[in-house]
Amino acid sequence: MNLTLKIWRQKDAQSKGQMVDYKVTEISEHMSFLEMMDVLNEQLINSGEEPVAFDHDCREGICGMCSMYINGEAHGPDRGVTTCQLHMRMFKDGDTITIEPFRAAAFPVLKDLVVDRGAFDRIQHAGGYISVNTSGNTQDANAIPISKHAADEAMDAATCIGCGACVASCKNSSAMLFVGAKVSQYALLPQGQVEATDRVKNMVAQMDLEGFGNCTNTGACEVECPKGISLENIARMNREFLSANIKG
Amino acid sequence: MSVLDSKVPKGPLKTKWTDYKNHIDLVNPANKRNIDVIVVGTGLAGGSAAATLAELGYNVKTFCYQDSPRRAHSIAAQGGINAAKNYQGDGDSTYRLFYDTVKGGDYRSREANVYRLAEVSANIIDQCVAQGVPFARDYGGLLDNRSFGGVLVSRTFYAKGQTGQQLLLGAYSAMNRQIARGKITPFNRHEMLDVVKIDGKARGIIARNLVTGEIERHSAHAVVIASGGYGNVYFLSTNAMGSNATAAWKIHKKGAFFANPCYTQIHPTCIPRSGDYQSKLTLMSESLRNDGRIWVPKNMDDVLAIREGKKKPTDLSEDERDYYLERRYPAFGNLVPRDVASRAAKERCDAGYGVNATGEAVYLDFASAIERYGKEQAKIHNIANASADKIYELGAAIVKAKYGNLFQMYEKIVDQDPYKTPMMIYPAVHYTMGGVWVDYNLMTTVDGLYCIGEANFSDHGANRLGASALMQGLADGYFVLPYTIGDYLSHEIRTGKIPTDTPEFDAAEKEVTDKINFFVNNKGSHSVDYYHKKLGNIMWEKCGMSRNAQGLREAMVEIKELREDFYKNVSVPGNANELNSELEKAGRVADFLELGELFAKDALEREESCGGHFREESVELDGEQKGEAKRNDKEFAFVSAWEYKGEPGDAILHKEDLEFNEIELKQRSYK
Ligand SMILES: Cc1cc2nc3c(=O)[nH]c(=O)nc-3n(C[C@H](O)[C@H](O)[C@H](O)COP(=O)(O)OP(=O)(O)OC[C@H]3O[C@@H](n4cnc5c(N)ncnc54)[C@H](O)[C@@H]3O)c2cc1C
Ligand code: SF4
Ligand code: FES
Repeated sequence: MNLTLKIWRQKDAQSKGQMVDYKVTEISEHMSFLEMMDVLNEQLINSGEEPVAFDHDCREGICGMCSMYINGEAHGPDRGVTTCQLHMRMFKDGDTITIEPFRAAAFPVLKDLVVDRGAFDRIQHAGGYISVNTSGNTQDANAIPISKHAADEAMDAATCIGCGACVASCKNSSAMLFVGAKVSQYALLPQGQVEATDRVKNMVAQMDLEGFGNCTNTGACEVECPKGISLENIARMNREFLSANIKG
Repeated sequence: MSVLDSKVPKGPLKTKWTDYKNHIDLVNPANKRNIDVIVVGTGLAGGSAAATLAELGYNVKTFCYQDSPRRAHSIAAQGGINAAKNYQGDGDSTYRLFYDTVKGGDYRSREANVYRLAEVSANIIDQCVAQGVPFARDYGGLLDNRSFGGVLVSRTFYAKGQTGQQLLLGAYSAMNRQIARGKITPFNRHEMLDVVKIDGKARGIIARNLVTGEIERHSAHAVVIASGGYGNVYFLSTNAMGSNATAAWKIHKKGAFFANPCYTQIHPTCIPRSGDYQSKLTLMSESLRNDGRIWVPKNMDDVLAIREGKKKPTDLSEDERDYYLERRYPAFGNLVPRDVASRAAKERCDAGYGVNATGEAVYLDFASAIERYGKEQAKIHNIANASADKIYELGAAIVKAKYGNLFQMYEKIVDQDPYKTPMMIYPAVHYTMGGVWVDYNLMTTVDGLYCIGEANFSDHGANRLGASALMQGLADGYFVLPYTIGDYLSHEIRTGKIPTDTPEFDAAEKEVTDKINFFVNNKGSHSVDYYHKKLGNIMWEKCGMSRNAQGLREAMVEIKELREDFYKNVSVPGNANELNSELEKAGRVADFLELGELFAKDALEREESCGGHFREESVELDGEQKGEAKRNDKEFAFVSAWEYKGEPGDAILHKEDLEFNEIELKQRSYK
């Protein structure tokens, strides 16, 4: 395949960016999107230009690092995948593909397609944990029975890879799906109950502080989430938040 | 005489660790506040260590090259984590886990370490559950287990196919708690580029801020390296793209011995390479071999017809297929250990029977499993004279329930439906058992410098089993290092803050900056990947699953030449003082180009077939085991620990003899 790429280039956080056109040729349909980017970068390096910076690591859809906005969609046109799992067979010979960083006020661009998602970490510092000592003197694991249903549901919420596609695809740049998933995981498990009230309040407060927008129930996040995190988690977070505030 | 002292405590194996803990020096809690520890790496090993050390009261700084600790390579582990809980009542025990691990390592690991690992394994599960890790549960609400990799008990705990992810998120949440308390200061997007030694002790590191390019000095009373494995020395592997050897290699150059570099685990069931552009290989969980049958065509004509697309694998009848594992290993069949399955696949492909365009793939076929399950289901549901279609439908549903997510992953990558046509698989480099040499305390040969998790060599011997790496990472981080490091730090309470404006820091920083400046100013003609791919090729061809003395000697020469060419002709665009991924890669590949040579040297020295490493000169000549790998316990029951002396080829070998008091060494047989 031969393709035209329109890519956002931005030297660093301070500089102004712009879209730049590139051509790539002989792209195999079996390549992943990132391998196509590797081909472009090899081409740029060989002609003495700076390669396009983008985040990636595991390349198997689990680390949540690769983040690109492709043709107006987080992680591109395929459903339920990250950019590293997106394959070039989703495109046609001669296509023009637009590639931009995830855009949200709380995710400043560091360079080209690389953004700073530190806000997600700070939300978790605010309460994304259970306060148990790591001494190993905890009770026997089977002394905390958990229904299969609750365990499975907690697991589904815990599957979030922290990629930020939900934020990038939301017209309000809301982080509710991400935070909802985190709050839900602990809310569903007996171990997390003791500090549930403080947890949800602190995490929501930090989320607001970071400059994420509010949820207006558009549902774009759920559609673009590569791990199928459901809107149910936002509802659960809202319930938790409400009851936390009633309890005071 | 060797200079290595393993510091294994005296006394009976079963009480060594308890006795040891009862007698080490402790640090008064008030003094811990005055002690700083650096942890490089925030995977399972580093994350759990950092959280625990901070909780004990030390001031911890963590470093990782990703944007968040939660993205460390540990996140990718699929299958599960072992622990001797005996929840299933099937006879598991500390001793059995210990025994299986030593045997699975082909008797090349240290008894005392492995016993301790088995002992603390049960605590890991308790700890993780308390932290909210959502392990799989059965309908009674109790923890579920699966069995893994040829073991006879069910001791593997799992969270869907995402066990590593959930365990890492657990360790990361424990870190978060300490970050919130101000006891951990995280330095994400930072790469450690050197260790600083003062008066023979590790006292800090030099790190590069990967966003601004700034070179930073960080001091501490002890430094812990938890930087993961070096499988990417092969270029193609199942490791994350950023996984590297730099931290481990830099400390090696500063005096830490490097042990067993040639021990790598090659995993038999990965998705094959499809072309030269390929950047990494994807693992398909080993559990697939429980139901898949592995074969290649018997006749070369069929191989060619399949490659040219004139025939489909489903066109071949049973007797036109060579089920080579079932043929060669009737007792274990498709369930032979990872090394045996890997080697056998490569043997068939080298003989020309590979079934894809590159000739590097064999079939993993679920057709008989689907039929078998289908017939069983038809019986269960009382469907008399079920049609072939009905049987297929019923059988496919069972296979889907067991492996659905893997089948889907395969289909996404290969664009073929594995329910309808056999999967194609090929072995890939997966895990490195070699690494920095450490004693029983997990301390390297440099005082105050520790190494944990995949980055060290301990516990796995030559042929790591499945589900044991996660166990070791968390055991080291939560339960072993926090004790052993205390013994060392108890002597540091009067040291005071360590200044960073000393000649030692100056020198280390200069070395780092010089190297970076060299890269950005060297206007060569080849990209970093060009060299990395060439290195990977030499490693795979000559230091891969099957090795011989001549090939290894050639590899040493070729790697050295490649390294020289790299320093002449590598081209790194961009500047030093900015986010520059090519510059990051250049430093890592430079280190791989040295490590690769030591790897070959170590393999050359080890004139036995051992674990995953088939030394062509060391093979059973007759009897039932004819043609199989031959271990040589008389001459090679030792750990090779290499001391750096300039060029990797000049490294000096120190041997730690391995003693086996509890376990009798036996030849493995899978016939
Ligand atoms: C696909 C796959 C599946 C697997 N499945 C299983 C399984 O089912 N069961 C099992 O037991 N094992 C499994 N393993 C093996 C296991 O995942 C690893 O051995 C283990 O996770 C390694 O953990 P670690 O903490 O030692 O290192 P890692 O998780 O690799 O962490 C390394 C850390 O070091 C940091 N780092 C590295 N270099 C530097 C530097 N120079 N400066 C700063 N930071 C640095 C990184 O940022 C990262 O934080 C699997 C491995 C793979 C590849
Ligand atoms: S909720 Fe989904 S889209 Fe949002 S960070 Fe998690 S995995 Fe990514
Ligand atoms: S690179 Fe890890 S999810 Fe894409």
